[in-house]
This record gives sequence, C-alpha cells and structure tokens, in this order.
Amino acid sequence: MKAKIVVMPKQAVLDPQGKAIQNALTQMGYHGIGAVRVGKYLEIELTNSDPEAARQQIDAACHKILSNPVIEDYRFEIE
Amino acid sequence: MNFAVLQFPGSNCDQDVVHALRHVLGHSVELRWHKEASLGAADAVVVPGGFSYGDYLRTGAIARFSPVMEAVRQFAAAGGLVLGICNGFQILCEAGLLPGALIRNRSLQFRCEHIFLKTSTPDSPFTNRIPPDNLLRLPIAHGEGCYYADADTLARLKANHQILWRYVNAQGEITADANPNGALDHIAGICNEGRNVAGLMPHPERASEPILGSTDGRLILESMIAALASRPTAAG
Repeated sequence: MKAKIVVMPKQAVLDPQGKAIQNALTQMGYHGIGAVRVGKYLEIELTNSDPEAARQQIDAACHKILSNPVIEDYRFEIE
Repeated sequence: MNFAVLQFPGSNCDQDVVHALRHVLGHSVELRWHKEASLGAADAVVVPGGFSYGDYLRTGAIARFSPVMEAVRQFAAAGGLVLGICNGFQILCEAGLLPGALIRNRSLQFRCEHIFLKTSTPDSPFTNRIPPDNLLRLPIAHGEGCYYADADTLARLKANHQILWRYVNAQGEITADANPNGALDHIAGICNEGRNVAGLMPHPERASEPILGSTDGRLILESMIAALASRPTAAG
C-alpha cells in the first residue's frame, strides 16, 4: 500500500510563493490565471496490510509532524 | 551561571552563542548534542540558529523530536529559562513551547542585514535589563522569519504582553519598510504565558562585541543572567 499525502497552507496564511508563481504565469501570457497556492505532496510506502490501521497511523503522523496545524491543512488517501 | 547550548545537525550559530556567553560575558557553557537526554546542571538553555536537519519538511519540524527536546520540555515546564534564536525560535514554535509559527518571508528573499527592534516590555527574564525606549540594533539572517499566528492567538499574545520585540525603523517607528519579513504585527520575538520561554529571529549573540558593530544583543543575554541571579534556587 501507499499513502499519498497533500499538505497545503491554510487559506488564512500568506503564500508568497503562490503569489510569485501567479505573477509569473500571468507575465508569461497565460490567461485566466487566478490565485496559486503551493503545498507539498508526499508518497509513503506502507508495509502495513491493514488499511484502517494504516489510515489511523498516517493521520496521526500528519497531525504530529508531516504538517503543522498552525499553518497547514492536510489530506491523504491510502492506495 | 551554567548555560546549555543545543547542537543539532545543521546548527551553525552554536559556537557564536558559546563565545558570547563564555568569553564575552564570562559564564560557563556546555554544548548539548541533540541525542543527549539530559541538560546536565544547566540554569538556562539556548537553542541556537542554523538550519537543523537542513530545514527539511519545515524549519524546526524534525529537530523538535530530538531526544534533547524532551529534556528542554521538562526544563521549561519546571520554570527553567529557554531562549530560542532564529532556527531555535522556529524549533520552539514547532515544539509547541511557543505559540504560532515562522513561515517564508513575504518577499521570498533571504534577508541578511541589521535591523532595529523595539522592546515592548521590560517585564520578562529576557528584557529586564533593556532600558525603556532603547532600540536594539541586531543582525538578522533568515528566509523563513515571518511570524504567523491566528487571530485568537495574537489577541492572547497582546493581552498577556507576550510580544517582547517588534521590528521598527531607526527612529523607533513601526513602518512597513522596517518589517524585514512580513511578520504579523511586526513581531520579532515573543515569550510564552509563563514568561520563561522566549524566541526571536534576530541574533543577539552576533551583536555582543564592538568589533561586530553592535553590543545591543548583550542586553538580552544579560537580562537572562540578571533574572537567574535573582532566583535563590535556579531551575534544573
């Protein structure tokens, strides 16, 4: 199994990287570019065979270290 | 006084802190490797600047789980003085010993320059020796020093006078240009509710001798020393 995790800055948190990328895309002539936000994507190989146990473990890890709840939200799927 | 200065893989200001405390201010200092589970006979702890664990994942995110940080947590819970400088501030926020977080500078630039700080209150072990209205001129060197906290946390910081330092211009005014990283409310440093744990992005240890262009940083370290001296039995 594999955990696929997306960590994103919270909406209220300034994302200067996203802003810079948005400006670059617009300057390059891409049309219709709205707000850009930059996060992280992680893939974790799991040797655990129990999907529910894996889900609980990944959720705990996301909360404890893989994201910072002060500034980030996360979501993940187990495949 | 006995200071413990932590060392993580990637710390690079640890020796500067040792120099300032040992050779400039004349106190005893022990370096504590991140794998150590004890702080020894420390009266105070300094978490120095640098790039612990290469800033991987987030600044301070991995360092906070080092064994020595459990000792710091217990030391802080017992009232011991803990100062985090730059990456040390980031680590203390990640560890939950200080509220909020440090995020990427609004300009996206790594800022390396001298700034001015206004001290908001002398009522802390980190500011008691700083004369009111005395601006501190200290160096900064960081890419992720933009302090962030949610509205409730900011309100609590203000209500409890936990904001210790703000970025100002040379005249002591809070202006947008004087804020080097976009920090919320121009916050450069804060303390916890118990007032025994503090963190700041600027480097007091790099402003402790005339040859470095400023001695203002000594006031912060000397505040800690004065606070410790006034305690009949130091923590730890």
